[in-house]
Amino acid sequence: MIDTSTVATHPLFGRLTLESFPYHEPIVVATFVAVVLGGIALVAALSYFRLWGYLWKEWFTTVDHKRIGIMYMVLGLIMLLRGFADAIMMRLQQAIAFGGSEGYLNAHHYDQIFTAHGVIMIFFVAMPFVTGLMNYVVPLQIGARDVSFPFLNNFSFWMTVGGAVLIMVSLFVGEFARTGWLAYPPLSNIAYSPETGVDYYIWALQIAGVGTTLSGINLICTIVKMRAPGMTMMKMPVFTWTSLCTNVLIVASFPILTATLVLLSLDRYVGTNFFTNDLGGSPMMYVNLIWIWGHPEVYILILPVFGIFSEVTSTFSGKKLFGYTSMVYATVVITILSYLVWLHHFFTMGSGASVNSFFGITTMIISIPTGAKIFNWLFTMYRGRIRFELPMMWTVAFMLTFVVGGMTGVLLAVPPADFVLHNSLFLIAHFHNVIIGGVLFGLFAGIYYWWPKAFGFRLDPFWGKVSFWCWVVGFWVAFMPLYVLGLMGVTRRLRVFEDPSLQIWFQIAAVGAVLIAAGIGAFLLQIAVSVWKRRELVDRTGDPWDGRTLEWATSSPPPDYNFAFTPMIHDNDAWWDMKKRGYKRPLGGYKAIHMPSNSGTGVILAGISVVLGFALVWYIWWLAAVSFVALLAAAIHHTFNYHRDFHIPADVVVRTENERTRLLSGQV
Amino acid sequence: MTRFRALALLPLMAVLSGCNLVVMSPSGDVASQQANLITISTLLMLLIIIPVMVLTVLFAWRYRQSNSTADYDPDWDHSTQLELVIWAAPLLIIICLGALTWMATHLLDPYRPLDRIAAGRPVPADAKMLDVNVVALDWKWLFIYPEYGIATVNEVAAPVDRPIRFNITSSTVMNSFYIPALAGQIYAMAGMETKLHAVINEPGSYKGFSANYSGAGFSHMRFTFHGLAADGFDKWVADIKAGGGKLDRDGYLQLERPSENEPVRRYGAVDSGLFKAIVGMCVEPGKMCMHDMMAIDAKGGLGLAGIDNVMPLMHDKLSRRGTAVLGPAPVFVAGICSTEELTGRAVESSLGVLNAPADESPISGAGLPRSSITPISAPAPVFGPRLTANP
Repeated sequence: MIDTSTVATHPLFGRLTLESFPYHEPIVVATFVAVVLGGIALVAALSYFRLWGYLWKEWFTTVDHKRIGIMYMVLGLIMLLRGFADAIMMRLQQAIAFGGSEGYLNAHHYDQIFTAHGVIMIFFVAMPFVTGLMNYVVPLQIGARDVSFPFLNNFSFWMTVGGAVLIMVSLFVGEFARTGWLAYPPLSNIAYSPETGVDYYIWALQIAGVGTTLSGINLICTIVKMRAPGMTMMKMPVFTWTSLCTNVLIVASFPILTATLVLLSLDRYVGTNFFTNDLGGSPMMYVNLIWIWGHPEVYILILPVFGIFSEVTSTFSGKKLFGYTSMVYATVVITILSYLVWLHHFFTMGSGASVNSFFGITTMIISIPTGAKIFNWLFTMYRGRIRFELPMMWTVAFMLTFVVGGMTGVLLAVPPADFVLHNSLFLIAHFHNVIIGGVLFGLFAGIYYWWPKAFGFRLDPFWGKVSFWCWVVGFWVAFMPLYVLGLMGVTRRLRVFEDPSLQIWFQIAAVGAVLIAAGIGAFLLQIAVSVWKRRELVDRTGDPWDGRTLEWATSSPPPDYNFAFTPMIHDNDAWWDMKKRGYKRPLGGYKAIHMPSNSGTGVILAGISVVLGFALVWYIWWLAAVSFVALLAAAIHHTFNYHRDFHIPADVVVRTENERTRLLSGQV
Repeated sequence: MTRFRALALLPLMAVLSGCNLVVMSPSGDVASQQANLITISTLLMLLIIIPVMVLTVLFAWRYRQSNSTADYDPDWDHSTQLELVIWAAPLLIIICLGALTWMATHLLDPYRPLDRIAAGRPVPADAKMLDVNVVALDWKWLFIYPEYGIATVNEVAAPVDRPIRFNITSSTVMNSFYIPALAGQIYAMAGMETKLHAVINEPGSYKGFSANYSGAGFSHMRFTFHGLAADGFDKWVADIKAGGGKLDRDGYLQLERPSENEPVRRYGAVDSGLFKAIVGMCVEPGKMCMHDMMAIDAKGGLGLAGIDNVMPLMHDKLSRRGTAVLGPAPVFVAGICSTEELTGRAVESSLGVLNAPADESPISGAGLPRSSITPISAPAPVFGPRLTANP
């Protein structure tokens, strides 16, 4: 590992050789065959049903925030399957690698798997899910027709896809990073990771990061500038509030990630010494920088989900949200405090006691607004009429699960306790407790809540309940043993074990992982069953849950223009207020509506970025140069595109709205 | 019903009783205090967590839709008193926990010398701290006892109830030095030295390992920590001394190469400047130590000469093992010794350990006349004015 001579590069292929393809790893080859067969089947099916044109015109090039939102969700779901496959492979390895057994994965393979699992789950599962829901729901909640910059939205999505594609390529060409998901130097630096893995990591995150940052800017502008008249900041729905805070966090923190990765790439490509051991470099600087991004990132994921729980609790309790104002202030306080806690990820790196206590105590302070939020949900349920539909079930499961994760989190924030728990499986159990029990449960609540809005029919409750119980029970079975193992002094990322008394706990955890797999299976089955039974599950009102916020005022699915007339807002729960005051839907006076045009430039730019990333990973300098020039050329070409907008003619609006009138009056 | 439930719980109890929660019942005083802190903090937080969980279940049950007897108040969304309570209750808990954290963090600061060896037993006035220098290598642990002049690999021992100070560094990537039964962990990082104070109270053999992933051989990067009675420890040291073998710089450079599943090794003697050279990343001949570089920089640096003077500073570059970098061969100043190092050498050479200097070319550096710079081309083996350690 240390003995690395200068890397030989071929003028045409860079450092890509036949040996770069892992044809000698049977697991990878089997996966590759499955992916190729699946890919061929998909391409054949799309061609047979002549769907390419439809997909290109209606989906890939769309600038409609609703379709982009749905595409984000699809991306998240596909990557969830990949990330979960990694998880189950790890659980299996750790359940069998005892008593001298090396398990079935060698270090080279296993170390890539746990790195990929972390990177994929955070960047390409949680982030697309959260961004997708914000994209879909926020413009509807504020009574807007689209986001501020619709083309940018499409471009952002495809850049996220570009990053995901590059990570998937690393599975079959070369290798992924073997450094852990945050790629700490010096291990991730060229001296100790001379292979392509870390380069894939860097370029995948840089490409996806462009998308995330731009989408953050876009949503901030949308929320700040495009709210319906009358919707002051303190009348915004809570989900919109948490989305605003999340996007502020994105815009303020992702540039730090970008800059940090740029410095790491300079170290790796140019020979600078930002994070090397020698010549004045400081690996600790990287650790600081990456967590100055990394901790806000955690709140980027959890804040929108807090918003979802607020909407769901209030809707299904048939009650106004308790303590709206304190909810908003709690969110803002969390946003600010999330920048003051990063050092708690490395108390054990030798900071002084005062520094450690400062960051420990700021971390604990975050639990105060978070606790206030939990109480607010609790008192929203108090004196309500709670309907236990699927979104509400996920919310109650969240409240019972998340508080445990919150408690262990505060425990880890006590520096002397962290000295014994840092990097242990207790920590792994903790952050899965908050990311699955918080973010993921919330995403499911959100998916079940807004699905009828997006597609016009509900998801089948039976399979939803099967999935719910498998997930919740599976989570507890999979992660409680890890808490115990952490207290037994077992650290993370181990591939083989000596102490046989640990094995039973890993086996229990593996059973939990299988239950979660069943939960994912039931969820997929549920979608299939619901599509099949969509006529039985149909919702014609556009308001299946007796909702409170504006998205429920329009049809399901909403028309391209969302609202024929921009609504006027008088109250926090705008739609509830309109219903209470006997709102009558206007039946005439429609005008042509000004809308943005579709564009293929986003797909093209992201495609070229993937090629550029691939060329940089493999040192194929000519290709990097060509694709970089192409990237600039395509971007400049786009600036000469003057066909940016069009009008939906008034008669189309009339036809659409009349159809809705007919549906609402039940003449079907 | 309860009997059945108890029966169902039996296997769980059996499993739990079979496991050793070493973090919660350790054998060293520092780790015990950390375990107590975990318990106290958890209890403090349960004060609020349990009511929340109970209320969640209670409200979810009581205000379910089918229960038409419960109150329904759809517009009730604010109560100043209640909101004060829901902000104040967590705040009070965090104030308590924060005060506890501030004290405990300072008391249990790994850099702080111990003031007690167990509850109610202050460190005796005549107690001498045991220094253990720890080096994380790819992928094994090297322990050097400066007081006894011995070194071990993947095995470390300490007498019961004697305060220990670990001085920790790494040869390449980051690791974390952790013996759960003894005390919390601290990172091992190249070019840096971290410290950990601890004491073991019960004799026995305990597991130690790296708690920070460090590459392919990480899973096997384990060692044993022996807590020994005072005479047992003396015997352990004497055995190692009697066993012979010396860890010198060449031996270290061999040992430092990546390897997995290393057996325990013992060295009866060790180069006294080795640990400092490891921390300074200058074990290899021709490398300038970090502290020397920093001393020079503190005085204004080597000026323009310093630009060409990077070869002795290169530690983990591709060219580290002598592979030439692209372009013309660099010209650099050979090396500089510190005063301490020279006196250390002088002591050794007076004992006849050392040969005469291999190269007596003049020393260079800030404040020295320019004419004394001796350009030497790489990659010729260069020892400069540094004294060679090999006889």
